[in-house]
Amino acid sequence: MSTDIILCGVGGQGTILASKLIASAAMGRNLAVKTAETIGMAQRGGSVLSHVRLGDDVSSPLMARGSADLIIAFEPAEAVRQLPFLKPGGCVVVSTRPVVPVSAMTGGPAYDCEAIMSYLRSHVGDLVEVDAGRAAVDLGSAKCLNVVLLGAAARAGGLGLTADEILRAMHDRLPERLWDLNERALAYAGG
Amino acid sequence: MHTEFLMGNEAIALGALAAGVNVVTGYPGTPSTEVLETVARRKPDDVYVEWSINEKAAMEVAAGAAYAGARALVTMKQVGLNVASDPLMSLAYIGVRAGMVVMVADDPGPISSQTEQDTRTFAQFSKLPLLDPSSVAEAYQMVQEAFELSERLGTPVFLRATTRIDHGCESMQVADPGEWRRHRPEGFVKDSARWVIFPRLSMANHAKIEARNARLSDELSDHHRNFVVPETSGAPRKGIATHGISYAYVREGLDEASHVRVLRVATPFPFPERRAVEFLRGLDEVLCVEELDPVIERQLTYVCGKHGLDVRIRGKLTGDVAPSGENTVESVSAAMASFLGTAAPSVRVDPDAPALPVRPPVLCAGCPHRASFSAVKQAMGGRKTIYCGDIGCYTLGNAAPLDMVDTCLCMGAGITIAQGVFRVEPDTACFAFVGDSTFFASGITGVVNAFYNQADLTLVVLDNSTTAMTGHQPHPGTGRTMMGQVVEKVSIEAVLRAIGLTIVETVDPLDHELAVETVRRVADEPGVKAIVFRSPCVMIVRSQAKSRVDPVRCVGCQRCVRELGCPALMPADGKVVIDPSLCTGCTLCEQICPFDAIGGGERL
Repeated sequence: MSTDIILCGVGGQGTILASKLIASAAMGRNLAVKTAETIGMAQRGGSVLSHVRLGDDVSSPLMARGSADLIIAFEPAEAVRQLPFLKPGGCVVVSTRPVVPVSAMTGGPAYDCEAIMSYLRSHVGDLVEVDAGRAAVDLGSAKCLNVVLLGAAARAGGLGLTADEILRAMHDRLPERLWDLNERALAYAGG
Repeated sequence: MHTEFLMGNEAIALGALAAGVNVVTGYPGTPSTEVLETVARRKPDDVYVEWSINEKAAMEVAAGAAYAGARALVTMKQVGLNVASDPLMSLAYIGVRAGMVVMVADDPGPISSQTEQDTRTFAQFSKLPLLDPSSVAEAYQMVQEAFELSERLGTPVFLRATTRIDHGCESMQVADPGEWRRHRPEGFVKDSARWVIFPRLSMANHAKIEARNARLSDELSDHHRNFVVPETSGAPRKGIATHGISYAYVREGLDEASHVRVLRVATPFPFPERRAVEFLRGLDEVLCVEELDPVIERQLTYVCGKHGLDVRIRGKLTGDVAPSGENTVESVSAAMASFLGTAAPSVRVDPDAPALPVRPPVLCAGCPHRASFSAVKQAMGGRKTIYCGDIGCYTLGNAAPLDMVDTCLCMGAGITIAQGVFRVEPDTACFAFVGDSTFFASGITGVVNAFYNQADLTLVVLDNSTTAMTGHQPHPGTGRTMMGQVVEKVSIEAVLRAIGLTIVETVDPLDHELAVETVRRVADEPGVKAIVFRSPCVMIVRSQAKSRVDPVRCVGCQRCVRELGCPALMPADGKVVIDPSLCTGCTLCEQICPFDAIGGGERL
């Protein structure tokens, strides 16, 4: 058995650290971990995608479409872009705050956030929405969105890991000065 | 031994350290960069590491170290191997004394490269052995085996990985530093009959190399990494031959019911011919699942002809596998299903999914390159121009709304392409944009060529004081080395003046008016002239101030949005707002705004 997780968003949103925290937490359970992520030019504001696969019988770091147990989307359009990876009945945790690309303001395809959110609501049975704008105000920082989403995913159950396991991974991987903010982010469940 | 969660490039670095590597050189390039960075972070004090100025220099420094008995590793991306190919082709004839591993990262897709070239083909061309791992853990083992093989044969050996190995991560077992091998270099032993390449020596060595590779093909046929996974039951009629990360995709697509034999090729050159014959015997058909070139497919076709085997070899050349692009679990499953006559996995495509915005990579908010391009664009408005770009973050200046990169070919080519255009269109104002790291890597010779051959062009050096695209590596202009020393910087202006340029102006591109005025003035001068736009990358240094739009003064003309394409600027309610989480307070939009409606930023 394996747990397959997709993290998606826009370069610079912190998807890579989130996938490393999941990996650390899973290794704490002695699970084998394989990941693949976007590094390089796409990090400059492009779509980024991490595959995270937990379990001993995994050969490939990439998973096939239709096989993710969980998608953690750092913004709505990227959730829709990667939705084909979700397996039937899988869970999507999505930050509802859009990141509008320069292209949408300079003549490229528009960003219709309402249409995108309503599509997610009608096509994903197990959808967890996270209000990133409000989380940033309540927590006093927009830089811990990744951990807010991990907390929501852990509570939703799709991660197969508990918030406490993520917390231990944070203590292993993050400098101590960031613990307080990220502990509050991990526990954040809306204002 | 202990367990770590490692990226493939980190694993390769730790494998090299475990093998007792003494000297590590390279030039940054995605997806290879993290190997050298990891060596620098994890190495013992007596291991020497450097970012060389380009791959040719890196290859030669590593070769010299290996001549002198040190174990040497050189790292680069696939197109970097083109730059290093001159020393490498000759080195293949001369050989080395201690182990030398040439680690090359290939980029199927391509995701971050100009080409989809295959280093396995380069191994055939250069006649050098190549190891091709299928997982991060295997890459860690193989780099150590590559050092052993190289030292035993006295020749450089390739370790080739692709993006999904380089940037894939795995939880895996690695040696503790106390278990690392210690290799003590014996020093260079003078022997000009061995180390000085002359035609006679080359002819003699060529014959030896061919004989060695024939022997090696036989030896590698018994190597445990070139293996056949036998069929689970029955007499199979079909086989799959594969390599690298594609082997992992093949495994994902196989179930117990597929009566298929699998060949995994870890040494595409020299090709393990005898093992391949064993694999082929009794089969009717073989599907070759490869990324990049059809190396195994061509080899198996050849082996069938040579040994009179009646096996149909299929793959890229027969249209059964896509000829280009990256393989995925799904593309491999679909090719296998079609080959085996089983049902292809279905993928739901929802025709009702909403239209999505596109996200090409863009220059960061506050990037000084945006200001440089904007200044040249404004200064040269209405004139006949060509903007020759180069390799780096600033290639992204091609996107709307800047649209300031007309050509981009390879490292350093912008300067010389501009000269070729000038020869045909002397009335065009020719600009060549080059970054600081690229200038040192391969820009200087182009400037000498332009100056000496009497070209007329404006060289614009975009100096952000780092190698930004690949993650901020030091270069000769930064005054830091990978060994942590603070050293004398190489001055770009001094280099240009030494070549003979008399007009070399250095300007902060974020001083928009001065930047525009400088471009206007300099571009009208005859001959080769240079502007150095110097402002640090915002990923290294940024102001803490943020620009804000005064909603009373903003009339919503959108000029800032339309002209700059800065990710922090967003139209909202008929006006413009600035996202404070992205803004770096660079003030460019403040200077562009005709209504003085933006303020609060602070230029460094």
